[in-house]
Amino acid sequence: MTSSADQPKRIHPHKFTLWVAMGSIVMAFAGLTSAYIVKKNQSSWLEFDLPVLFWYSTAVIIISSITIHLAVKSFKAREMGRYRNLITITAILGVLFILLQYLGFRDLEARNIALVGAKSNSAASFLLVITGLHMLHVLGGVIALLVIFARAFNKRVKSYSSVPVEMAATYWHFVDILWIYLFVFYNWIG
Amino acid sequence: MSNEAVVHAHGAVAAHEVHGDHHHEHHHHETFISKYVFSQDHKMIAKQFLITGMVWAVLGGLMSVLFRLQLGYPDATFPWLEDILGKWAKGGRITPEAYYALVTTHGTVLVFFVLTAGLSGTFANFLIPLQIGARDMASPFMNMLSYWFFFAASIVMLSSMFVETGPFSGGWTAYPPLSALGDASPGSKTGMDLWLISMALFVVSSLLGGLNYIATVLNMRTKGMSMTRLPLTIWALFFTAVLGVLSFPVLFSGFILLIFDRNFGTSFYLSDIFINGVGALPNEGGSAILYQHLFWFLGHPEVYIILLPAMGMVSEILSINSRKPIFGYIAMIGSIFAITVLAFLVWAHHMFVTGLNPFLGSIFVLLTLLIAVPSAIKVFNWLTTLWRGNIRFTPAMMFAIGFVSLFISGGLTGIWLGNSALDIHLHDTYFVIAHFHIVMGVASMFGMFAGIYHWFPKMYARYLNNTMGYIHFWVTIAGAYLIFWPMHYQGLAGMPRRYYDYSIWESFKQFAELNRFISTVAMIVFAVQLLFLFNFFYSIFKGRKVTKQNPWDATTLEWTAPIHPGHGNWEGEIPEVHRWAYDYGKDGKDFIPQTTPVGADESHH
Repeated sequence: MTSSADQPKRIHPHKFTLWVAMGSIVMAFAGLTSAYIVKKNQSSWLEFDLPVLFWYSTAVIIISSITIHLAVKSFKAREMGRYRNLITITAILGVLFILLQYLGFRDLEARNIALVGAKSNSAASFLLVITGLHMLHVLGGVIALLVIFARAFNKRVKSYSSVPVEMAATYWHFVDILWIYLFVFYNWIG
Repeated sequence: MSNEAVVHAHGAVAAHEVHGDHHHEHHHHETFISKYVFSQDHKMIAKQFLITGMVWAVLGGLMSVLFRLQLGYPDATFPWLEDILGKWAKGGRITPEAYYALVTTHGTVLVFFVLTAGLSGTFANFLIPLQIGARDMASPFMNMLSYWFFFAASIVMLSSMFVETGPFSGGWTAYPPLSALGDASPGSKTGMDLWLISMALFVVSSLLGGLNYIATVLNMRTKGMSMTRLPLTIWALFFTAVLGVLSFPVLFSGFILLIFDRNFGTSFYLSDIFINGVGALPNEGGSAILYQHLFWFLGHPEVYIILLPAMGMVSEILSINSRKPIFGYIAMIGSIFAITVLAFLVWAHHMFVTGLNPFLGSIFVLLTLLIAVPSAIKVFNWLTTLWRGNIRFTPAMMFAIGFVSLFISGGLTGIWLGNSALDIHLHDTYFVIAHFHIVMGVASMFGMFAGIYHWFPKMYARYLNNTMGYIHFWVTIAGAYLIFWPMHYQGLAGMPRRYYDYSIWESFKQFAELNRFISTVAMIVFAVQLLFLFNFFYSIFKGRKVTKQNPWDATTLEWTAPIHPGHGNWEGEIPEVHRWAYDYGKDGKDFIPQTTPVGADESHH
């Protein structure tokens, strides 16, 4: 840290900002999962099985991480057709992930586990709040993909900087890892 | 992130790397809107933060005058109060609801809007690029958004004062159930909704700002500006941003759960409590203590978010005006770092009497008292910087010395309160009020004043009036001690905070005269702040003009920029840095700017 001024190649300031922002997001989820643990150790905690669909959504988001990784590689190789296809697939997988999470909550409601309202238990409410907040972050990633997507299809202005694409990919991997953490947390830790 | 932001910043990065180019591309097409309203120039954003913060300081200060009026003259009626406050002061006496609303809003506004946004928003924006040698922030667009989110938060908070049921009135900490139940009090209805929206916007603003400050300090320093050559202001603002970025999201999490409890019937914080007129709640198993943990995990770092920028600016101003290098530069950085780490590990000392496990309490006592170590190092270094210095008593210097005095006075009572056993008696008494107002409130205000007096010539190319500055200083410091010193005795006598009328309590009747005295001083001190306001706005237009590029004979980079810096700060090349920021009185020279290369025969410090 002391002599980064003299290093020949510095990290792009926007990339660095993204890393700090991810640290910030981690704190929000750390706060929520700690609250979850505190609450679980108090009385009247409802034990229930996670929706099976969460397993599928986990698989979907892992696959999407692979596709965006390949997208960055093809952008750097200037294979623009392949790149466009891959980010399109990634965005679709992102939307599919959000959809699967939503269906998972519908499944809980079908099993008479109230998420909100007077009859709800904090166990289910926590699942909704934490997972919901994560879904919003995935949605943010989808929007970021749409932005670089629009840029990839822009015929007039060609972009050669890989920074936006790499940033979108970093963020995408981040929400992926965040979900894996939450999934492990719900199943085996919390 | 939008296209423009990325494109713009690419331009900025390119400009940053190419030395020797002329940078006139920033100056064309400056309309009123792009220069004064939606400006992306860090200097203009800093002024926007400062002036918005000042508006809030006046409003928040006025609120304290109003509730001090009630505390000092509980039996008197002031018909003019009804004229301005309407039903909130029926018969010329502030109603209990209005009293709680005033106390709550005063706290929220001063802590978040004035001493967070107004202080670090102003000086991080203004000083970081100028002192590290950057043309602007890492992302000027995000920086602009940061201000406008703060502005939106301000508007929402302001509008909450005009709703029929009044602004939120459950205390600035917004503990449930008062904050979670609309039926709990009038202020818990729409006022609380608006409070939450406003605070959510404020958190976004702080995060956008903080991310930018961190990225700028770490990535945008000019050639030769290694981290250990940075002025202490930058170190302090950097750690302030780190604290904010890591603690505000946790508060946000707490708010999300609160919103769910308020609006969607969940039971995170609410249990089957009984409300008069409503009956028992259907909720089950919620814990209000959980909110307190989440709140104070931000809340404690927050006091250092408020204090650290003041510490940094004071270090800088003390050194410049003593014409001596800061004593113990590395120790100063180390102690700021230690405070930053400890800030995250002491939150439960706000909760000693919540039924916290006494063993856990003793750990938090130990960690809390540990903060005395870096704090004492800083005080020692400030005093040794002053020691045998060739002191220039400018108004900025007076306020900086005042800060040190207040920090010592207020810090010592922190050692009392940090002991869980003593806290059983002192908790929620005026002793706490006295402690945090002196050490965090007034001290940080002094740091802010010092910063304004010192950097005003750089901001507006004019000086503030010194005579008014000295009057402002002496009345404020005398007033601060006269207001808060007696509160220690009240607190030791067990007088609880937040009560509406002490004259009806046998134990506290004895303080009627003292309360009146405190209220009178509070009004005088408030009046003197208006003098400062006059000085500020008058001097922007009519103050004595700055004719020297470096009026304080300081070493740091901001004084190498033109008197009227444009967007981009330096015409031509960004200065290169060859030495640390504190070469004062070295080798027989009064000061050596950071841009001067190290000479062959120069001694090592």
